[in-house]
Amino acid sequence: MARAFAAARSDMAEYLHIQSGREQAVRDFIEKPPEADVSLDSPIPEKDFNSAGKGSAEVKNLLKRLGVNPEVLRRVAVSAYEAEINVAAHSQGGEMLSHIYPDMIHVVFNDEGPGIADIEQAMVPGYSTADEMVRELGFGAGLGLPNIKKNADALRIRSEANGKTQLEFLIFFNSDE
Amino acid sequence: MVNLAEFMAAVEGTNHTPEVDPEKVQITGGYVCDMLSDVMGSAREGQAWITIMKHLNTVAVAALTGIPAIVFSKGNVPEENVVEKATSEGICLISSGLDSFSLAGILYGMLN
Repeated sequence: MARAFAAARSDMAEYLHIQSGREQAVRDFIEKPPEADVSLDSPIPEKDFNSAGKGSAEVKNLLKRLGVNPEVLRRVAVSAYEAEINVAAHSQGGEMLSHIYPDMIHVVFNDEGPGIADIEQAMVPGYSTADEMVRELGFGAGLGLPNIKKNADALRIRSEANGKTQLEFLIFFNSDE
Repeated sequence: MVNLAEFMAAVEGTNHTPEVDPEKVQITGGYVCDMLSDVMGSAREGQAWITIMKHLNTVAVAALTGIPAIVFSKGNVPEENVVEKATSEGICLISSGLDSFSLAGILYGMLN
């Protein structure tokens, strides 16, 4: 398993956002990533908007069975689905890897490129590079990454220019810390 | 809260998902938008979603957001694969000839 939130290489652009109050918990996870109880792997084919969402639905159903709080469930589902749609819409395809722990979930999205030209700009609500086909489906409002940032306890994006992108997020199950 | 069957009657709606009984669905509010990401970002569990978007991803967004009913305005009718997906997710799909503004107005009036 890839080490969570590992240090970025110097030729890679990086974006990191941690919700206020979660810094210590995220740092603990980064420094000593535990062994996941369950890991799920789901492919995300390029421009396949019927398959995109399967991984998110699978994770949501599993967490529901585990008794995760509905509001936390919604945050996980929204974050995962937005990320899946992003991989399908903007990359040459990729995968979703979900690692479930007793108190949190870590979801990693790896794609085959072509990379995000300017991550800071991509984080601005309303900014989108989506094509006409994606917009006709009702995506491409430029809200995907801001939605993930809003719903996840920690979000990290690393992208190589003209290369691969990795997006990962953490969500803790105890929502009232 | 509004019973979905009562709202459906008020807007002369048609239920495309007969296996999901609108009598058993309680609506706590509404959300009107055709941008899927905005719905995921701002709609809340229990709300009815009023939209003209009727493709498969609409049902996925509703399922992930916890939306129990999608109301298609201006007589939009979903295709069979969309109905099947919604039925399997337990989401009620309703069509009405009214536009989104009118549907929202009627639901707002019933809620308040």
